[in-house]
Amino acid sequence: MAKRIDVSDLNVYYGSFKAVEGVSMTVEPRSVTAFIGPSGCGKSTFLRTLNRMHEVIPGGRVEGKVMLDDQDLYASSMDPVTVRRTVGMVFQRPNPFPTMSIYDNVAAGLRLNGVKNKKTLDGIVESSLKGANLWNEVKDRLSKPGAGLSGGQQQRLCIARAIAVQPQVLLMDEPCSALDPISTLAIEDLVNELKNEFTIVIVTHNMQQAARVSDRTAFFNLKATGEPGRLVEIGDTTRIFNNPTEQATEDYISGRFG
Amino acid sequence: MSTVTGVSAADQVPGPDGQKPLQGDRASTGRFGDRLFGGAATVSGVLVIALVTLIAVFLIVQAVPALMDNSANFFTSRVWAPGGDQPAFGILEFLWTTVTASTIAMVIAVPVGVAVALFITQYAPTWMRRAAAGLVDLLAAVPSIVYGLWGLIAFAPVFKPVQGWIEDKLGWFPLFAPTGISGGTIFFIGIVLAIMVLPIVTALSREVFDQTPTAHKEGALALGATQWEMIRTAVLPFGRPGVISASMLALGRALGETIAVTFLVSALSDGSPWTWSLFNGGETFASKIANNAAEFSNPTKTGAYIAAGLVLFVLTFVVNSIARVVIERRKAFTE
Repeated sequence: MAKRIDVSDLNVYYGSFKAVEGVSMTVEPRSVTAFIGPSGCGKSTFLRTLNRMHEVIPGGRVEGKVMLDDQDLYASSMDPVTVRRTVGMVFQRPNPFPTMSIYDNVAAGLRLNGVKNKKTLDGIVESSLKGANLWNEVKDRLSKPGAGLSGGQQQRLCIARAIAVQPQVLLMDEPCSALDPISTLAIEDLVNELKNEFTIVIVTHNMQQAARVSDRTAFFNLKATGEPGRLVEIGDTTRIFNNPTEQATEDYISGRFG
Repeated sequence: MSTVTGVSAADQVPGPDGQKPLQGDRASTGRFGDRLFGGAATVSGVLVIALVTLIAVFLIVQAVPALMDNSANFFTSRVWAPGGDQPAFGILEFLWTTVTASTIAMVIAVPVGVAVALFITQYAPTWMRRAAAGLVDLLAAVPSIVYGLWGLIAFAPVFKPVQGWIEDKLGWFPLFAPTGISGGTIFFIGIVLAIMVLPIVTALSREVFDQTPTAHKEGALALGATQWEMIRTAVLPFGRPGVISASMLALGRALGETIAVTFLVSALSDGSPWTWSLFNGGETFASKIANNAAEFSNPTKTGAYIAAGLVLFVLTFVVNSIARVVIERRKAFTE
C-alpha cells in the first residue's frame, strides 16, 4: 500500500527552459517528506514529475529516472494514466468537480477505474470520507454539491477523492496555502494519520508546517536568478532544522533570506 | 460570459466574508458616475423588455381580428386562403415543416459542433487552435444568402443521389417515403440549416470549453483520467449550460431563417395530400411570410400572416424558456 520513490539525476524542462536540474533523492514509504524552498525554485515542478503531471503543461519533459519500488515511471511502456492512478495528487487550491455531488466527487476516480457496483462504491466513499476526517460533517448531505463546502472541507474532499482510488503515494502541492489556520490544522492532523497508510510528499511554503508534519525535509533553491532549481539537501526534519549541512539551508530556515 | 453560460462572472466571485457578490443597489456608492451608469443600464434593460412586450402586443392586436374571421381551425387546418369573403387559414403545414427542418438541423449541428469545439480546444495543436477558431467565427458571419446560393447550386446536385438512395433503402418508413420531390425537401433544408448554424454552435461551445478551469482538468487527470475521461468529467459538465445556450441560439436562427429557406424550398401546390415524409416540400413560417409579403392587401390577409408570425414568436419563446429551465435546474452544481 505504500511504495518507495527513488529519483536519480532528474532534469525537468519546459520546452528549452531547464526548470530543475540534477535531483536525486529517496522518498521513504509510510513517511511524510516535505519540500521547502523559495518561490520558483522548482519544488512544485519536481513534485509534478513524480506522477507525470508536468506532461500536462505544453513542452514539459524530463531526463533521468524515477523508480517506484521496481517500476520505472518513465519507461516507454509506462502509461501516464497508470502512473497517476498509482500516485495521487492534491492541489494548492481545492478543486472538487463543481458539477458533481460530494458523493460523486469521491466516487469519480473509482468510476474511472470501472467500479460500478453501488455497494462497493458506497463502502469506499464512506471509508475515504472517514479517512479524510470529513464523514461526520457531510454524511447527511452526500448528494449536495461539493462546491458548497467550506474551503477546508473542500480540500479534505479532494483528499478523500485522491485516497479513494488507493494510491501508493500521495503528492500534496501546498495543500494549505489557500486555507485558514483551523482548516490547516485539520489537514495537518490528517496528514499525520494518512502516513500510516501512504507515502506522502508535501510541498509547503510554511516552514513551521514542514517541521510539524514531516519526517524528512528536502530544501530546494536556485543557484542564481534564471538558473534551474536544484535540491540543496535532504535529511531528517529535525536535523535539517537544527543542524543543516549547507549554509543556504541555514540562511533560509533562519529567515535570513527567501 | 453571462450570455454564454447563463452564469455571470460576478456570480462566481465571492464577496468579502463569504457574502453574496455585490449586486444591484448595494454595489452603488451613490456617486455621480455610479448613478449615471446605473441609470443608463436600467433604461436599456427596461427598453428591451418594453420592446419585446410591444412587439407581442402588436402581433396579437393585428392577428386577433383576422383569427375571428377565420372559418378554418387555425392550428389544425392545412388550408391557406386568407383572402376572399370566407378567409380560411391554418398553420399545420408550416408548423410541421418549420419544426422538422429545424429538428434535423439541430440533430446534425449540435453533436458535430460540440465535437469540433472539443477538437479545437482539447486536441488540436496550439498553432491550429487560433486559425481554426478564427475560421469558425468567420463562418458564423457568412450571410445566409450565400448558404442559399451554395445549397442551390453546389449541394442540391450532390444530395439528389443520396436522397434517392435513402428513399430506395428506407422508403418503407413513413419519414423517408418517396414523394417525387427532389431539391428543396424538408430533409435538404434541414441539412443546409445545420451547416448554417454549425458555426454558431461551434463558436460558442469553443468559448465555454476554453474557459474550463485548469484546476478541474488537472483534478481529473491526477485521478488517472484519460484525455476523453477528463473531457467527460471536467470539460463537458462545465460547458453544458453554454452548449445549451448555444444550441438555443442556433435553434432560434434555424426556426426563423428566411432567405436561404425561401430560396431553396419547394413549395407545395394547394391541396397536395398530407405525408409524413421528410422528402416532401413545404413552407416554413418565415418563407411563407417572405414569399407573400406583396400580398398584404387587406387587414384580414395581413392579419393571417401576422398570426403565423406570432406562432413563430411564441415557438422561439417556449424553446428559450425550456432551455432556461434546464440550466436553472442544475444551477446549484455550476457555481
